[in-house]
Amino acid sequence: MEMINLTIDHKPVVVRKGTTVLKAASSIGIDIPTLCYMKLDDMNIENKPGGCRVCVVEVKGRRNLAPACCTEATEGMEISTHTIRVVNARRTVVELILSDHPADCLICAKSGNCELQDMAHHLGIRQIHYEGAKSMYREDTSPAIIRDINKCIMCRRCETMCNDVQTVGVLSAINRGFNAVVAPAFEMNLDHSVCTYCGQCVAVCPTGALTEVDQTGAVIRALSDPTKTVIVQTAPAVRAALGEEFGMPAGTLVTGKMVAALRRLGFDYVFDTDFAADLTILEEGTELLNRLSAFMEGDKNVKLPILTSCCPAWVKFFEHSFPELKDIPSTARSPQQMFGSIAKTYFADKINVKRENLVVVSIMPCLAKKYESSRPEFSVNGNPDVDYALTTRELAHLINLGNIEFKSLPNEEFDAPLGESTGAAVIFGTTGGVIEAAVRTAYEIFTGKPLPRIDFEELRGMDGLRKATIDFNGTPIHIGIAHGLGNARKLLEDIQAGHSEFHAIEIMSCPGGCIGGGGQPYHHGNAEILKKRQRAIYSEDRNKILRKSHENPYIVKLYEEFLGAPMSEKAHHLLHTKYFDRS
Amino acid sequence: MNKIKNLADLKKLQSEVQSKIKLREKGDSPEQLVQIKVSMATCGIASGAKETMNFLIEELDHQGIDAIVTQTGCMGYCYAEPTIELTIPGKAPVVYGFVNKNKALEIIEKHIKLNEMVDGIIPVAYSTIENK
Amino acid sequence: MAEYNMHILVCGGTGCKASESELIKSNFQHRLNEFGLSDEIQVVLTGCFGFCEKGPIVKILPDNTFYTQVTPEDVTEIVNEHIIKGRKVERLLYRDPETHELVGDSKGMDFYKKQIRIALRNCGFINPENIEEYIGRDGYAALGTCLSEKTPDEVIEMIKDSGLRGRGGGGFPTGLKWQLTRKSVSDQKYVVCNADEGDPGAFMDRSILEGDPHSVLEAMAICGYCVGADKGLVYIRAEYPLAIERLKIAINQAREYGLLGDDILGTGFNFDVEIRYGAGAFVCGEETALIHSMEGKRGEPTVKPPFPAEKGYNGKPTNVNNVETFANIPVIINKGPEWFASIGTEKSKGTKVFALAGKINNVGLIEVPMGITLREIIYDIGGGIKDGREFKAVQTGGPSGGCLTKSFLDTPIDYDNLVAAGSMMGSGGMIVLDDTDCMVAIAKFYLEFTLDESCGKCTPCRIGNKRLHEILEKITEGNGKVEDLDRLRLLSNVIKDTSLCGLGQTSPNPVLSTLDHFYDEYLAHVTTASCPAGQCKALMHYSIDPDKCTGCTLCFRNCPVGAISGERRAPHYIDQSLCIKCGVCVAKCKFDAVLIG
Repeated sequence: MEMINLTIDHKPVVVRKGTTVLKAASSIGIDIPTLCYMKLDDMNIENKPGGCRVCVVEVKGRRNLAPACCTEATEGMEISTHTIRVVNARRTVVELILSDHPADCLICAKSGNCELQDMAHHLGIRQIHYEGAKSMYREDTSPAIIRDINKCIMCRRCETMCNDVQTVGVLSAINRGFNAVVAPAFEMNLDHSVCTYCGQCVAVCPTGALTEVDQTGAVIRALSDPTKTVIVQTAPAVRAALGEEFGMPAGTLVTGKMVAALRRLGFDYVFDTDFAADLTILEEGTELLNRLSAFMEGDKNVKLPILTSCCPAWVKFFEHSFPELKDIPSTARSPQQMFGSIAKTYFADKINVKRENLVVVSIMPCLAKKYESSRPEFSVNGNPDVDYALTTRELAHLINLGNIEFKSLPNEEFDAPLGESTGAAVIFGTTGGVIEAAVRTAYEIFTGKPLPRIDFEELRGMDGLRKATIDFNGTPIHIGIAHGLGNARKLLEDIQAGHSEFHAIEIMSCPGGCIGGGGQPYHHGNAEILKKRQRAIYSEDRNKILRKSHENPYIVKLYEEFLGAPMSEKAHHLLHTKYFDRS
Repeated sequence: MNKIKNLADLKKLQSEVQSKIKLREKGDSPEQLVQIKVSMATCGIASGAKETMNFLIEELDHQGIDAIVTQTGCMGYCYAEPTIELTIPGKAPVVYGFVNKNKALEIIEKHIKLNEMVDGIIPVAYSTIENK
Repeated sequence: MAEYNMHILVCGGTGCKASESELIKSNFQHRLNEFGLSDEIQVVLTGCFGFCEKGPIVKILPDNTFYTQVTPEDVTEIVNEHIIKGRKVERLLYRDPETHELVGDSKGMDFYKKQIRIALRNCGFINPENIEEYIGRDGYAALGTCLSEKTPDEVIEMIKDSGLRGRGGGGFPTGLKWQLTRKSVSDQKYVVCNADEGDPGAFMDRSILEGDPHSVLEAMAICGYCVGADKGLVYIRAEYPLAIERLKIAINQAREYGLLGDDILGTGFNFDVEIRYGAGAFVCGEETALIHSMEGKRGEPTVKPPFPAEKGYNGKPTNVNNVETFANIPVIINKGPEWFASIGTEKSKGTKVFALAGKINNVGLIEVPMGITLREIIYDIGGGIKDGREFKAVQTGGPSGGCLTKSFLDTPIDYDNLVAAGSMMGSGGMIVLDDTDCMVAIAKFYLEFTLDESCGKCTPCRIGNKRLHEILEKITEGNGKVEDLDRLRLLSNVIKDTSLCGLGQTSPNPVLSTLDHFYDEYLAHVTTASCPAGQCKALMHYSIDPDKCTGCTLCFRNCPVGAISGERRAPHYIDQSLCIKCGVCVAKCKFDAVLIG
């Protein structure tokens, strides 16, 4: 490996050839400010945007200032990061951005989380020397994402996520010069595009240009309506991240405090999406085994691999891009929708509340869940199975509105019966978790023997594409895992081409799985935070007494009292779905 | 079906087609070349000026003499057709009358190649816009 | 093979074609047919002669007669008089603007006297749609020499020795560029011809492709041989339909003749050329943006390094040269690098094609040796300033360049002198300005162009140029302050310093150079709210001199907005709140009674 010697602000530094000036500086504690740059090393993507020009530095011998984020260190380079020329240029650049910004910071959805605001503060900008025309675009609202493009600073991080990471290709720069803006082709609305609502654009947007559709108002109204019984379900990834919104370190598990907070907010029952995750495993696992046995018996009508279907952005992705594969994914609904379906039938009957008077709220790490809950096939006579899907960030907002001091809350337990879950359900929140949970159950059903071990380390990790072979008592089962739609696309193209080696594949749209969802507290591109959330998820699994979905006693009871058996006709009606060609 | 298979082919084609546009290149430096104007009005053509002109072009080309042969209107010496005006670089123009093929060959052999004037010169008594 | 006694060359460049030069050509053919002369006289549609001011041009050879502004109706007279009777049609000959004398052939025209045509050597000379005419002019001989007698390194040395620098704007040494691409190791390399000419007023690349497409193809093949590429791509803007058409014909003919394709001239060298279309974005002249556009991506630049020579089209080493640069290559090989290097100045060798435009008598395309002075170009070749007005400045380098004033009239023009003078060579646009041109408005004009053409990727170019333009707008509307002039300079410097690509880095040049050379004019706008050149409408003020006004009512009857009032035979009066400064009153007044201030 060739090494490069250079000096930055007179400090010598040795880096590998190919290292950018930005990273070289960071390695010796020089923190060059950036705005458009994202560290995507963990996704194997080299991000060298060079668009905002905030990170410019002086390179001795060069005529112009150079952007640190995309200038490679070369032998003997002499870099200055804070000469008057550099500081003046950097401040001018930020002033120019501010001169084309609505500056409604006090009431902006991103206030307090805005990187442009932070940058102006960091550079001590007290006056904007430039004024003139401001960009004027119409707002675009979709079921999950709002584009307020007047706040766009053309950093194009969203474009990188949408095109390079997710390969969805909805957002890209259009128009020229001052009118340049990031938008779907022909400036169509997001809901007319092939957008999957994965929300990764929202997760990385430095300003308030991309935000989620805020449903907190509707939830507050429902909570204050005496005729309504309002119940809530919380997705597994939420508990591993919610604490960050209240200043707790990343990776702090706050399950008990979250339950306490929800109860104090006035929800009549606080349930767990994990219950439905266990249910999903029984349905999906049974489907997998049925297809697997039929396939092994030589049934030509049965296609493998089976693909997981709990991620709504992923579902929309293949409906748009791979409609010819729509028979391959499991027909099992996502845990959110299974929960809604059971809540508005089985549970509503149990507590003797009419469907229309039962309001189901879900707390999700996800923006696509808002869209999923609005899909027409998931409602009965216009009444949706899940009424509102809030993000982790929206829940934090609700807790603040409720004047609840989150950190000092006691730990409380979920309500029964839809609050009980196993460790298998918890790990749904991370990449590899769904398939591990499925393996735990499928193995025991397939082999009729107890699992020799519960932790499948070979399915875990953060690599975008992973594969493992699990020995089902002599039968090797090949499993593939992808997170990030760009990685998913690779597996799908293999299937299309007919050379997929897998029996089952887990796909999660967001890098890291749900822990990195578009509705989670902003991690500003810091992959370490994702890893900490992942560790928290696995530790909750480890601390559970029951760690296999089919051992959840309330699930067993649900089948006995209501559904019959997995894949029964009733289960089919309530817990399965079909997919549409949206190409 | 490649027409040109090697460098020799290219050079052969080049020498073949060069003459096609040689005329234009001559136009770039007319003052350095032998110029012959053939009077090609009705009287001239009737007296065989066209044949004279074609003969001059072919013969000069055949002998490898760079010259510009152009047609011009009636020079006024209708009694002496075909007439031609010959300009040797650096010399005043000379007009010959009754230029048939034989005369033309004589002019080439003697006047153009050896710079010896031959019989049949008509004294020039007009001016053109170029020397106005 | 028919040998013709006479050739009639009709200009088929875009400008002359727009003036029906194709009809002129067919009229000639009809008339010659009638006289039975079709076998003796050849009519050729050529590329541009460059003298567009006086187009359509018809040149008759071998007597070298140069007819200007020919209409299709003139053809009969030319055939009857010139062809048949040998009498030149005097009214169509060029008349020297100073001596008013008729000039019979192009060699006698000042417009051509000081030109040396290397890149344009075949434009207006051969039929661009006939490969044999090109071959007859030493065409493909250079390729033959390179392939059979020289190693790639030897050819690169020749190009380096010639001192040829990129003609697209930057002036990077061409030989060095080839060497860099040659050194890159890859299974696939590309040669790209940048024909995305975007400077306002520049059309040399178009003219070369229209008039001599084979010279570019030949040079690309030579380049491919040198750098180790078997694939060439011409990136051309779709707004150049004629150039595209001629290029397509040329590519097909070259393939037919075996001069493109596999095993060229039996040497085992393979090279083929394809066309890629651009949608007409100025920024796509920047090589990284051009490459992205060719890849089907948004045409926007990325940071260099990596240079295209290392990582270009589809991530492979790519050598990008401009059309005019390529057009020089075959001549350098044929005539030798020493010959080429003998023309020009110490650091700028050869010639440069300029597109002369603006307030100059002879608008057109010229090719002059490096080191010629502005004075020679403007007064000798260009025939001086229109309407006898005073020379004020010449804008070179297009929107990336600057203005050169009178004091630079005798500066030898080359890459380095132009940069030292605060402008640049650019692709060779030259717009001449006279004393009625307001320099603030000129700066604003160029910035408007940049605003339209910026890709919007980097902040300084996207927002900075917009703000610069807004300040200039304020000034030309009379709302500027003295502090604005400092702000202009400050912001200009930051934009230059921080922009991503050449477009942004040079976009403030027109502002800075006019600020440097015409500060007083800026100052007049902001301190006395007046425009010395009388061009900024908002700063103009029309009034009627009561002493001169006879009360004839002509002005107020013609005023389109009814801003003028007054009694017959009494002085009239202009209501400033209604006046739209259209100037009709000035034009109508017979007594010079309307004052502009």
